[in-house]
Amino acid sequence: MKREGAGGGGSGLEWGAGSRRRLARSRVFEVVTLFAALFGVLVLAVILGDILLDGARHLSGHFFTNYASRFPERAGIRAPLMGTLWLLGLTTLMAVPVSVGAAIYLEEYAPRNWATRAVRANIANLAGVPSIVYGILGLALFVRTLGLGGSLISGALTLSLLIMPIIILAAQEAIRAVPHGVREGAYALGASRWQVVRHQVLPLALPGIVSGAILAVSRAVGETAPLIMIGAMSFIAFTPESLGDPFTALPMQVFHWVSRPQEEFKGLAAAAIVVLLVLVLSMNAAAFVIRSRSRLEG
Amino acid sequence: MIEMPVSVGAGSLPAAGLVRSGARMHRERLVAWVLGLCAAISALLTVGIVLVLASETVGFFSQVSLWEFLTGTRWAPLFQEKSFGILPLLSGSVLVALGASVLALPLGVLSAIYLSEYATPGVRAVLKPLLEVLAGIPTVVYGYVALTLVTPALRALFPGIGVFNAASASVVVGIMILPTVMSLSEEAFRAVPRGLREAAFALGATKMEVATQVVVPAGLSGVLASFFLAISRALGETMAVTIAAGNSPNLTLNPLDAVQTMTAYIAQVGMGSPAAGTLEYRTLFAVGMTLFLLTLVMNVLGHWVRNRFREVIP
Amino acid sequence: MGMTPEYAGRGFRPHGLQSLRLTAGLAVLGLLGLLPACGPGSGEGLRGQVTIDGSSSTYPIAEAAAEEFQLLTPRVVVAVGRSGTRGGFERFCRGATDVATASRPITGAEDARCAANGIEYLELPVALDGLSLIVNPQNTFMDCLTVEELRRIWRPGSTVRTWRDVRAELPPVPIQLYGPGTDSGTFEFFTEAIVGEMGASRADFHASEDDNVLVRGLMGDRNSLGYFGFAYVAEYAGRLKLLGVDGGEGCVLPGAETVREGRYAPLSRRLFIYVNRASLQRPGTRAFMDYFMTHAPEFIPPSGLFTLPEPVYRDNLRLLERAAAAAEGEAGHD
Repeated sequence: MKREGAGGGGSGLEWGAGSRRRLARSRVFEVVTLFAALFGVLVLAVILGDILLDGARHLSGHFFTNYASRFPERAGIRAPLMGTLWLLGLTTLMAVPVSVGAAIYLEEYAPRNWATRAVRANIANLAGVPSIVYGILGLALFVRTLGLGGSLISGALTLSLLIMPIIILAAQEAIRAVPHGVREGAYALGASRWQVVRHQVLPLALPGIVSGAILAVSRAVGETAPLIMIGAMSFIAFTPESLGDPFTALPMQVFHWVSRPQEEFKGLAAAAIVVLLVLVLSMNAAAFVIRSRSRLEG
Repeated sequence: MIEMPVSVGAGSLPAAGLVRSGARMHRERLVAWVLGLCAAISALLTVGIVLVLASETVGFFSQVSLWEFLTGTRWAPLFQEKSFGILPLLSGSVLVALGASVLALPLGVLSAIYLSEYATPGVRAVLKPLLEVLAGIPTVVYGYVALTLVTPALRALFPGIGVFNAASASVVVGIMILPTVMSLSEEAFRAVPRGLREAAFALGATKMEVATQVVVPAGLSGVLASFFLAISRALGETMAVTIAAGNSPNLTLNPLDAVQTMTAYIAQVGMGSPAAGTLEYRTLFAVGMTLFLLTLVMNVLGHWVRNRFREVIP
Repeated sequence: MGMTPEYAGRGFRPHGLQSLRLTAGLAVLGLLGLLPACGPGSGEGLRGQVTIDGSSSTYPIAEAAAEEFQLLTPRVVVAVGRSGTRGGFERFCRGATDVATASRPITGAEDARCAANGIEYLELPVALDGLSLIVNPQNTFMDCLTVEELRRIWRPGSTVRTWRDVRAELPPVPIQLYGPGTDSGTFEFFTEAIVGEMGASRADFHASEDDNVLVRGLMGDRNSLGYFGFAYVAEYAGRLKLLGVDGGEGCVLPGAETVREGRYAPLSRRLFIYVNRASLQRPGTRAFMDYFMTHAPEFIPPSGLFTLPEPVYRDNLRLLERAAAAAEGEAGHD
């Protein structure tokens, strides 16, 4: 970018009072925008710092191995942590293959007619639907109509529905970014459509797909509203062992602890948040690394 | 260059005349079928959401007049003196979203200007991901922040303010949507061709003038799109408002008041496990449908603005 | 035709191993979630699952019982929910829960619904509660409210906005009302006792089924007035101010004796537990209910609620025993 004030011409320019004022204003503006950008970082630091300060003292070994309790000293996050891990695994297994498959179909196989265009547009819209609406859907469909109750599988299904559009969009984008030349070369050599997809398109699109999937699952892990709607319970002091078991999850536990006015529970909530953040942010970081590494090479 | 049709419909072979084994044909067809099934599931999802919401909403409106719903100023569906005006909930959601926008939109655009016009690539590589972290933080964490940091701070600033108020929620929701505004705006600014900037510099413009009079107008569609999408996100936010804004449906424009947003109402009723078929159960769908339609409009507007008014095609 | 600019920037050509690594990483993520399934799998000892849902007023007792019981018998898992009395009955009467906790007796309509779904139950009174009227500690001018004043404040269509509207000599300070929402048994009990009809209440107050939310509002809002069960009062004793209620016999504060003797009227109430008879067939549920009724006098007082007289719990145990025997008898007949 050009240096300030060095536009065009040369020594023939006169810098009158008007120009000096504009220059000064410009420099102030730069500072203003810098502060704006730094504001976000500052806020992030304050949030993380405050949470760490409140929660650090609770992060002992028995915080992870204890179950919830009405006594703050005894309370731990074993049940919600297990619930979250269960949800993470189930959601990944249910949502990722179907979403990636749908994206492949939409990008590589589907004819370009009004129907597929409508489906594509709809999926883009679905990604913007508030998560609590998915919660309503989960309540009506899984808890009530299918009679699955407030169980682990209801929660996992609801979260899977929530993140499917997000994964599809990310996968579509990754697949679309693969240049046509790659496909055309393969076709010219006589490859079948599936061979082209499997051996040419997918390997190139994989980093984008994987990072998109990881980001989507990390979003599912952090969601509370859909779990509230399908009925995750308040006091769970056990690890779910089957898909039909009642369950709780880290965000739910944070919500319950935050709701209690006693100071000690605030600290517990902060500690649970730390665990949740470690989980979510490390997944975000992994996705980021995968995506940026794919940009550096090749 | 041979024009190879990439997607001419499932099963059509690009190079006619090639001999293929029967087994491979079967595999091709199976694969196409499986993938098509995946796509069908996702298509079903799009239809399913609307169907589920619509069916119970229709049931709701068989008991409540649409006119009262849309124009009534009192929301008390569960008390004895029933009243089904959605405006208080709507105003609660809008109040929080507007407050959040007041915080996020200027800051987001200014940050985007900094990142695209002033920051060195090294600084941008550090700053941008950091700001995106804000978007990855789960919403219940923002509820915690509202409760422990923002509400006490606001109560120190405005002594008359209640424990539950819309402003608290607005602040944290604003922080939450800041990355959305910033990243979409920055993308729009970076797409502006360098030539435009250089032409302005050549004419003696200062950097600020280039940024505000060339870059931002050129990327305006992206900025507008980011506004719509960010507001849509703010409207759909549940946890922070449930924790901080309160449970009193209040038709008010004062951010210091307690309000109830559409999302908080849905969460409140949902926690009470209402019986299917009751009016209480149906209010979930009526409010949910309203929320769904509102965010849908915002999203569609956002995407449309982005695609239609692209001044600059990269 | 060559490389488009995007290609130069994006995508890398993962050879077989890299591609494998990426997909493997995602698979690991999925399998990580199955880790919890690898728990202790031994099958000795009492096993089972008990699901409880209902009143938030009774929740502290249910939570205490569930926690202590599971420390003794970890293989019987007890899940406790807090959907409110009405929500609790809704789930109970369609067989989704084994136990419903309630802060008011079951209504005729709910009983009919249970019967329609073939759910037979035992009604077991479990504790006493004094529904308390609370103001903020900074409120120095309120100590007592008569039932009539309460009715005027809370009835539907009430126009009471300031303390002066309640009583002429009080200051014209606006009142911020806090109370349980319509799903709450406490709400239903209060409206019936004070206004005279279950569910009859003004609608313009801070309503929440979560009593913690009410506590927070009352602690923070100088002009607040609210009501909820005594358990929450006991827990936050120093930070809330308790009001007396004048039911005609003078101003009475809720407490162990006044509630037990019925002097704290009309807001003394019994809390109930409803058990699905069919669930008593399961040894885990039976063990839990026995534990509950045997040890109730131990964990009820710390929760802030009041115990019923000793014979009540013995009666409950006997009822449970008889129901379990009957259930076993039926099972034996099959």
